[in-house]
Amino acid sequence: MAEVNTGDGGGGHGKHDKKRAKKSSTRIDMTPMVDLAFLLLTFFVLTSTFSKPKAMEINYPADPKDENTKPPKINNALTFILSENNAIYYYAGEFYPPNNPKGEPPTQLIKTDYSKDGLRKILLERNDPVRKEIFKLEEKLKKKEIADSTYKRLVIAEKSKKDAVTVLIKADDKATYKNVIDLVDELNISMIGKYAVVDMIPTEYELLQAAEGAAPTNP
Amino acid sequence: MPKVKLPSSSPSLDMTPMVDLAFLLVTFFMLTASVRVDEPVVVDTPSSNSDKLLPDNVMMITIDPDGKPFFNISNPQVRIKTLEKMGAQYNVQFTEEEKKKFAGMTTFGVSMQNLKQYIMLDDVARSKYKSSGIPLDSLNNQLGHWIQFGQIEAAKQAKAEKDKAESLGRDFKYEKLRFAIKADAETPYVSVKAVIDVFKKLEIYRFNLITNLEQDEVPEPTN
Repeated sequence: MAEVNTGDGGGGHGKHDKKRAKKSSTRIDMTPMVDLAFLLLTFFVLTSTFSKPKAMEINYPADPKDENTKPPKINNALTFILSENNAIYYYAGEFYPPNNPKGEPPTQLIKTDYSKDGLRKILLERNDPVRKEIFKLEEKLKKKEIADSTYKRLVIAEKSKKDAVTVLIKADDKATYKNVIDLVDELNISMIGKYAVVDMIPTEYELLQAAEGAAPTNP
Repeated sequence: MPKVKLPSSSPSLDMTPMVDLAFLLVTFFMLTASVRVDEPVVVDTPSSNSDKLLPDNVMMITIDPDGKPFFNISNPQVRIKTLEKMGAQYNVQFTEEEKKKFAGMTTFGVSMQNLKQYIMLDDVARSKYKSSGIPLDSLNNQLGHWIQFGQIEAAKQAKAEKDKAESLGRDFKYEKLRFAIKADAETPYVSVKAVIDVFKKLEIYRFNLITNLEQDEVPEPTN
């Protein structure tokens, strides 16, 4: 490939070479430069990453200091239970174990899925009042009736309203991390501001196992 | 019949535009791309709609599909300080060379007992090393100590930088240390929960969960 022109080899043609050098054009041979440029190019293409990772911020509830602390009463709660093979169950409102002293019918788990017609439909329907308010605010923002900071503040206030839906996420041993992320992502899409990832209570676990045996599918 | 005149051009072509283009691309890649670092574990993060960028000052726990936790702090000075503290806690002495090497490393997932040996491996051997994850059970909670010392050292570092900036009369922009969790999509949630419980014990409740960006349209409300 590359030939080194040593003084020895070129000795016989010294005069001839000199003559040719005078005649040659002012152009320089750019091949090595191109080689280098493409080498660098290849190097940078291969070693670089484009997409900076994105992050999703999430707050976890603090564990109660006192063992006997009763869980707070939640208005308009929706509890999701995640299990293996991407199974997802939910129930609305408070949890009633079978034969409870209040005489309420025991809670039934309803099976759903992560698709647009499953989970998202439920969440959007549930959170429709809040979403309507937020879209109204957005309209106002577009018309420049309210400032950007005011808009942000009002959206947060709207999401954390007392009667807004609160979602509890409970994952069992076999649920994957993706399941949790998918669910939280759906909540963000549906503009649900109040959610928490919490532990399952034993009665719920029993119910889940019963539901996994014979799951009533409900769209 | 007119003679067809062949242009007497030289066989070499003008490479100037090509060089221009090549260097333009080189410059573009150099300026836009960040260097990919070799991590000891490949993690395929799940995707979400969140478009928030990961903050710069971050302590990251990576959890591989088997649930093994790995630890990383972005700031090299804090890394060294944290290593010193961990060494004191677990009676492992680190030489200056080891500390320097450790500062330049990325995520790691070995226990304190094997860390010295792991640091001194060369790059090729290290990439082949089978990490066992940082222990986090209640009897041997090394991850908890890493997090705790890392947090303390990061705060000290921020304070030192602030003092320095003030003595020089410059503005100081304090960036809070954030806690990021990067787990594989297939990691069982219990493993993630185990790591989060370690954080919770240290009264840290806010996390950045690292995801890939996926665009999904926000649906309109029904009227």
